[in-house]
Amino acid sequence: MAADGTLVAGAPAPAATGRSNTMQRFARRRSTIAFLMALPLIALIGGLVVYPAGYAMWLSTLNRRMTANIGLGNFEILLESDTFWMVIWQSCIFAVGAVIAKALIGFWLAHMLHHIPAKGQRKWRGMLLIPWVIPPALSTLGWWWMFDPSYSSINWLLNIFAVPAVPWLGEPWWARLSVILVNVWYGSPFFMIMYLAALKSVPDQLYEAAAIDGATGWQGLRYVTLPMMQNIISITVLFSLIVTFANYDIVRVLTNGGPRDLTQVFASYAFQVGILSGNLPRGAAVSLFMFPVLAIFAFFILRGINRRNKEQM
Amino acid sequence: MAQVHLRKVVKEYEGGVQAVKGIDLDIADHEFVVLVGPSGCGKSTTLRMIAGLEEISSGEIDIGGTVVNDVPPRDRDIAMVFQNYALYPHMTVYDNMAFGLTLRKFDKGEIRRRVENAAKILDIGMLLDRKPKALSGGQRQRVAMGRAIVRDPKVFLFDEPLSNLDAKLRVQMRTEIKKVHQTVRTTTVYVTHDQVEAMTLADRVVVMNHGKIEQVGPPQELYHHPKTRFVAGFIGSPSMNFIPARLEETGSGLVVRMTERAVLPVPAARAARYAPHVGRELLFGIRPEHLTEPHPNEHRPNIAHFEAAPEVVEPMGMETLLHFWVEGHEICARFDPAIEVAPGRVAAMAVDMDQMHLIDPKTDMVL
Repeated sequence: MAADGTLVAGAPAPAATGRSNTMQRFARRRSTIAFLMALPLIALIGGLVVYPAGYAMWLSTLNRRMTANIGLGNFEILLESDTFWMVIWQSCIFAVGAVIAKALIGFWLAHMLHHIPAKGQRKWRGMLLIPWVIPPALSTLGWWWMFDPSYSSINWLLNIFAVPAVPWLGEPWWARLSVILVNVWYGSPFFMIMYLAALKSVPDQLYEAAAIDGATGWQGLRYVTLPMMQNIISITVLFSLIVTFANYDIVRVLTNGGPRDLTQVFASYAFQVGILSGNLPRGAAVSLFMFPVLAIFAFFILRGINRRNKEQM
Repeated sequence: MAQVHLRKVVKEYEGGVQAVKGIDLDIADHEFVVLVGPSGCGKSTTLRMIAGLEEISSGEIDIGGTVVNDVPPRDRDIAMVFQNYALYPHMTVYDNMAFGLTLRKFDKGEIRRRVENAAKILDIGMLLDRKPKALSGGQRQRVAMGRAIVRDPKVFLFDEPLSNLDAKLRVQMRTEIKKVHQTVRTTTVYVTHDQVEAMTLADRVVVMNHGKIEQVGPPQELYHHPKTRFVAGFIGSPSMNFIPARLEETGSGLVVRMTERAVLPVPAARAARYAPHVGRELLFGIRPEHLTEPHPNEHRPNIAHFEAAPEVVEPMGMETLLHFWVEGHEICARFDPAIEVAPGRVAAMAVDMDQMHLIDPKTDMVL
């Protein structure tokens, strides 16, 4: 190349040209282009997640009138409040109970669907997804009618079988169960569809190999299906835990936190304290409490996934 | 170890499609039988029916003196090696091999002894702690075989186990499989579409086509005495040449006439066998390896000579393949690579008529 004199190593190039070349190279780099293309999304996340989160953190350090910074004062008051401890406990019961029930029902439904011949499967899959696609506020309203103390259709059915009427939303434990039941009804299809996808990704030959190795149906489930689905199960549980912990609409529509705050969860209590009672900083502090709880769950679940991924390498 | 018997076994799918159309097969103890045929011929379905992974529509399968039609795979005492190995990805090599024994509640010491013994036979002792992801294709294949060996089953079933390997590794693993069978002597049913694998591995080859067995026999018998046109064409590579010809009687004996000029004498030893077919339009079959360059000091009897100009010449290194056309039919000849041949240049050729076949085009049976 040097022979024709067009390119000579070490030849000084004019400074301006060199800078523009560097800029051009920088603009053409794949990482730069990728960053530029992702910029709208980054801006969206920044606007809708980072800013409100930062604002909530700042808000939680203010006094009720938002005139002075009281540091961690709101958190101290909350930790001394019996109601707030009850909310933490109820949130945990609600989220853990609902997620376990959703995972079990979703797994069972996915298995049933997986064994339906492909032709009829689509129809059933569509029908079973209905609870998940109806706006939860609307479907919860339906459930509210079914639980209604005077006109409860569920109680009417129970009465036919001579079972006494149940105070679905009146008694604390029945009310907590009802909230969990509606959340399970709404959320199980999500688990079902995730598990169905995971089941479909397990090669049939693994089951055939297990059958020849001597595995019964249960042993196939225990030694092949579950280990193969472990990561999907973990991720789905984590995702659902986050969403269920932050659930607001079901409690708000069904019980409005009652009776006597005995069904309040983090989100509904934050709304109650922050908006309805007009103490925005303390409401922000309530909602921020979800973060460490979820971070602990996320840490253990993600650590499990990472470890399994490394082991399989 | 056990014998395997198939009696009028049929596999019919929904809609009346028959994948296997009533086959009979007897496999002896310690025997290595290869089911071979083109895609969709029913060979894999047959193997899966023996394994119990497919239900039998009708007929009977007997393993070791027990009819297993309604016996689930786990109770048939068989082991299978799958095409894509089907190793459990979440288990180590050791656990993969030990899984069948663990489920059968074998003593831990016995499991270790068997796994280590199989690992020694297959030379995978250093891989026992690894996960399948960390293994090469050949190593995975060995582990899949190890999983079968540790079980010490009545029958080994192989479903195209070498298809996912590259050509070089395939040859190597073929030898391994043969070596393993010579060591453990377990009755083996092996499915492949590769006739070279079938010929090199089998004690007996079962050639299948359209759900039926075309012929069963030792590899050499299938090569030299095919019973049908399909077997004649399927066994051997490159495959046998088929040319329409008329069987005629002349003063000096029988001849096959392909064109006005291409007339080849039939060996006297075949005259009685072919006599009833004189005057009929038949198919003349000859393998490329029996259509070669003439040898200067030829002493074999029944060598016929002719000349042809090849249109395509393929030097393969160990041989040179010549392609030419007779009456619109492509013919392949196999020449010594030392002989200089060029496309379009007339070359002298010799046909070993002792190796000829005549096929009835109506029945596709070799006469």
